Amino acid sequence: MTALPETTQRQLGLVIDLDTCVGCHACVISCKGWNTENYGAPLSDQDPYGADPSGTFLNRVHSYEVQPPDGAAQLVHFPKSCLHCHDAPCVTVCPTGASYKRTEDGIVLVNESDCIGCGLCAWACPYGARELDLAAGVMKKCTLCIDRIYNENLPEEDRVPACVRTCPAGARHFGDLGDPDSDVSKLVVERGGMDLMPEQGTRPVNKYLPPRLKDQIGTAPAAPMPDVTDQPGGFLGWLDKALEKL
Amino acid sequence: MHPAPSVILFSTLSGLGFGLLFWLGLGFPDVSGGVAFVFFAIAYSLAVGGLLASTFHLGHPERAIKAFSQWRTSWLSREGWAAVAALIVGAAFGAGLVYMDQRLAVLGWAASLLSLATVLATSMIYTQLRTVPRWNMPLTPVMYLAYALAGGALLAGQVKFAIGLLIVAGLVQIACWMLGDRALAGSGSTLATATGLGRRGAVRAFEPPHTGNNYLLREMVFVVGRKHAAKLRVIAIALAVVLPVALLMAPFHHVLAALAVLSHVAGVLTSRWLFFAEAEHVVGLYYGKR
Ligand code: SF4
Ligand code: SF4
Repeated sequence: MTALPETTQRQLGLVIDLDTCVGCHACVISCKGWNTENYGAPLSDQDPYGADPSGTFLNRVHSYEVQPPDGAAQLVHFPKSCLHCHDAPCVTVCPTGASYKRTEDGIVLVNESDCIGCGLCAWACPYGARELDLAAGVMKKCTLCIDRIYNENLPEEDRVPACVRTCPAGARHFGDLGDPDSDVSKLVVERGGMDLMPEQGTRPVNKYLPPRLKDQIGTAPAAPMPDVTDQPGGFLGWLDKALEKL
Repeated sequence: MHPAPSVILFSTLSGLGFGLLFWLGLGFPDVSGGVAFVFFAIAYSLAVGGLLASTFHLGHPERAIKAFSQWRTSWLSREGWAAVAALIVGAAFGAGLVYMDQRLAVLGWAASLLSLATVLATSMIYTQLRTVPRWNMPLTPVMYLAYALAGGALLAGQVKFAIGLLIVAGLVQIACWMLGDRALAGSGSTLATATGLGRRGAVRAFEPPHTGNNYLLREMVFVVGRKHAAKLRVIAIALAVVLPVALLMAPFHHVLAALAVLSHVAGVLTSRWLFFAEAEHVVGLYYGKR
């Protein structure tokens, strides 16, 4: 059903720390790997070894440069995937009911056997979180790894989304953002977690933690280096070195 | 947005077809028998041809029937229902005219209303998208309706209505371009809000997430040169409105009327190409492309 639930019992989602992300793209690769081998149609590539390679990804890492009014510019790596919005416009536009938001945990999913591949939901998402797979002809998006987080065949520490499990910097956190006492909710409060494009009215569940302010290096210029070229040259220089070696 | 030929053809042809059906339903022109058959055949080939063209861009056209299920929330689903209802009711009305020489007026009015509803639903698919500020304004459905009514009047040979409506459509079109050019700036979405980093300083896209192309860039980050667009706007207005109006003002001749129709269709196709090509999706912000 493409009507959105009024409320969901839990609001599972991600908290992404822009301060610690090092832009290694490991989450991109682990996401592609897990979601190609498991639930749903594989994430295909077109012309992967040719001149114009492209493919379906559910998670992509942009990099931005922020230039504060004073001080040095800062580089921010910016992973982006579905934000599992409360007011998900991608769900209500779907003509077939293939797109839906689950009442139990708030995850936004696509039922691939109902999807006609019209692409309208991808148009409705402001974040570019949905990609139509060219080989399968159906819409693909982040499932928050539903086939991991509830999977009792996996060891407990693996029951988190593949991107969270993989991140070597610990920049990705998974939890229930509807529960104010959860670790992720506390992190959001503590670090001033923010919504992306709030003016679009989507009310994302995923939150982004802004990069911390950089230390300010003193403004006085460094002391000049002693001049190393002011040494005797020619015969005197040779004599100087030769005497030193003795 | 990517100007997909199937979608441009669909919205132009079916807009004209349902526009013609609107006038036929009201009894303009008041035809019956063989003449009525020809008029209805034209309306149906345009409307149905357009609908078929629209299925070409689907990933799974064989499942298209499922698109009727979500009429409560989805404009695309409502469009499907309105189109099928207009075509069925219109066919019953047309059959009365063609085979029994009977004008079942109530059926005709219903077909007219449903035809308008179909065009409205089509336009709402675009209008509802907040992600494309250029489309997300009340004038978008007005433009779709104006073009359908004007084109329908032209095909139905209603010269007086056609002249007036063509001029209205032209004015609405120009207003859409003027407002549309300011829409993205007015939406408040920028790279600063998209990344949330605006509070820190000026944000600049430094490195894209992928070196090659992808679905998002192909589908939603189509960029058309400004000069190019300005020329096409002039061509669109000249062909869709100015030339047909001039031809209709001249003493009536079938060749001139046919030329007016051809010119109008070419103009609307150009306008629809621009409608997609010029539309900026906010996801382009993430790629530093706006
Ligand atoms: S991020 Fe996009 S795809 Fe995900 S729920 Fe929000 S609107 Fe839908
Ligand atoms: S592409 Fe599939 S999931 Fe998206 S709106 Fe169309 S039918 Fe629904």
